[in-house]
Amino acid sequence: MKPVATLVAIALLLALPAVLSGYALTIFILIFFYAYLAQAWNLVGGYAGQLSAGHAAFVGIGGYTAALLFERGVTPWIGMFVGGALAAALGAVIGYLGFRFGLRGFYFVLLTVAFAEICRILASNIEAVGGAIGLYITFTGDPRQFQFRDQRVYYYIALALMLSATGVAALVERRRMGIYLTAIREDETASEALGVDTFRYKMLAMVLSSFLTGVAGTFYAFQTFSLQPSAVFGIPLSVEIIIRPIIGGSGTLLGPILGSFILTPLAELSRQYFGQSGLHGAHLIVYGLLLVAVVLFLPQGAYPFLRRLLTKFTIQSRA
Amino acid sequence: MAVGLTLIFGVMRVVNFAHGDMMVWGMYLAFLLATGAGLDPYVAFPVCAAALFALGLAVQRGLVDRIVDAPHEMQILLMVGVALVLENAALVAFGPEPARVRSPLARLTWEVGPLYVDVARLVTFAVAIVLTLALWLFLFRTETGRLIRAAADNHEGALVIGVDVRRVYAVAFGVGAACVGAAGALVSPILPFQPTTGLSLSVTSFNIVIIGGMGSLLGAFIGGLLVSVAESLGAVFLKPSLKELFSFSLLIVILLFRPAGLFGKRLT
Repeated sequence: MKPVATLVAIALLLALPAVLSGYALTIFILIFFYAYLAQAWNLVGGYAGQLSAGHAAFVGIGGYTAALLFERGVTPWIGMFVGGALAAALGAVIGYLGFRFGLRGFYFVLLTVAFAEICRILASNIEAVGGAIGLYITFTGDPRQFQFRDQRVYYYIALALMLSATGVAALVERRRMGIYLTAIREDETASEALGVDTFRYKMLAMVLSSFLTGVAGTFYAFQTFSLQPSAVFGIPLSVEIIIRPIIGGSGTLLGPILGSFILTPLAELSRQYFGQSGLHGAHLIVYGLLLVAVVLFLPQGAYPFLRRLLTKFTIQSRA
Repeated sequence: MAVGLTLIFGVMRVVNFAHGDMMVWGMYLAFLLATGAGLDPYVAFPVCAAALFALGLAVQRGLVDRIVDAPHEMQILLMVGVALVLENAALVAFGPEPARVRSPLARLTWEVGPLYVDVARLVTFAVAIVLTLALWLFLFRTETGRLIRAAADNHEGALVIGVDVRRVYAVAFGVGAACVGAAGALVSPILPFQPTTGLSLSVTSFNIVIIGGMGSLLGAFIGGLLVSVAESLGAVFLKPSLKELFSFSLLIVILLFRPAGLFGKRLT
C-alpha cells in the first residue's frame, strides 16, 4: 500500500474514537485485538506456512503470567513481556519438537493442538492458578497497573498493538527472512536444497509469533479482568486466531487486518443477534460456512482477490 | 469408529477433522429414533449408518472433491469448517445439555464367576468386531473394495486403467462416515454425549489411527484397544479430569517417535 494511503488510514483510526459510541468502540477494540493476533499467527502460519492450531496456548500463558505476577505486585507493563517471553519459550519447545522431528501439515496441526489442550487441562486442574474457575483481577483503574477507566485508552493500545505487529510483519517481509519463509512454505525441500537453513527460520518465525501472541494475553487479561482456562487456552480461541488471516489472505501484510475487519463485526453482531433468540453457536456455523466458502472459491483469501479486482478496475478506467 | 477414519485417510489422504462431529450426529440420530420412534439403538444403528453414509457422500461430492488436489492445508481447513458447522448445528438443534439414550440392554449385567459383565458393552464390542470384519471383507473381497484399494495405492494408475476414481472416493468417504454413524449409535446408550463431545472423539480417533498407522484396518482396531486400555488405566491412577491429559501426551509422544504408527507407512 502507498505510504500516503497508510498515513491517511492511520490518521482516520486515530480520530475515530471521537465519534464512536461505547458499543462501536468495543467492537473496534476487538477488531484491532484480533487483527493483532491474526498478524502474529500470520508470521508462522501465513508466511512460513506452518499451520499452528494451538496459538490460544500462547495467549493463555501470557495472560496467566501477567495476572499471577500482578497478584504478587509486579505491574502488567513488565508482566506483559515476561508473559511474552514464556509464551516464546513454549513456542520454541513446540517448534523445536515439530521441526526437528519433521512433522509437516496435518501432523504439525495435531502437535500444536495437543500442546494447547495440555495447557488447558493443566490450567484447569492446578488450584494455585485458579483451577477451572480461573483468575479474576480486581479493578483498580490505575494506569500504572494497565487498568483504565476510559475504554478509549484500550482502543489506542489495541490499535498500537495491531500496528506494531504489522510493522514487524512488514519488516520480516522486506528482509531476507520473509523471502526464506515464503520459500519454505512453497517448497521446503527445494529451499533446503538451495541452502536455506529451514529449521532456523521456522524456529525464528515460531518464537517471534508466540512472543507477540503472549503479549496479547496481558491485554486480554487486563481488558476483561478475568481468565478462564477454556476461554484462553481452548480450541475456539485458536480457531478465532486462524480464521481471520485465512479469510483475509494469509501470508500477506494486510490480509489479517482485512480478515479481522470482516469477521469481528460479523461475529459480534451475529453472536448478539442469535444469542438473544437463544441460538448459541450460530455464529460459529457462520464461521464454518465462510471457511468452507473461502477454501473452495478464494483459496488465497479476500485481500489478494480485492487487489486483483482493484488492479483490473484501474486498468479499465484508464483505458 | 477409527476404522472409518483410517479408511477415509488411507484412501484419499484427506484428514477428516469432522470425524467426531459426524459421530455425534450419529448419536443424536440414535437419540431421535429412540425417543421419537421407540427404536432401540442396537436395532436402529443401520439407519444411522445409512444417514451418515449420505452425509459423507454429500460432503465428499460437494466439497472435498473440488480440492482433492489442493495442498493438504486447504483440506484441513475445509474439514475444520465442516466440523464447525456440524458441531454448532447440533448445538443449535439439541442444546448444550448432555443427552443419553436409554436402552433396556444397558441396564443388564451378567455375572460370570467373580466378574460382572456389562451386556451393553459386550454387544457394542461384538458388533464392532462384526463391522470391522464386514469392512475387511468389503475391501478385500468385493469389486468395489478392490477399486478403493487400487485408488488408494496409486491414484494415477487407477485412472489409467479406467477406474472412476471420483466415484470410488465418494463411496469410500461414505462408507467411512457410515462406520462412524454406526459407532455413534452403538455407544450412545453407554456414553453420555453433547455437541462438544465431537472434538474429544476426533482426538481419540486421531490417537487411535496414528498409533495403529494411517490407512491400516488392523492397525485401527489394535490402536483402538490400546488407546482405550491406556485411557482407562490413566483414569484409574489420575483424576478423571486428567484422563484427557493422558491421551494428548500419548498423542505427542506417538507423533514424535512413531508418526507412521505401528502398522502403517509414513506419508511424505
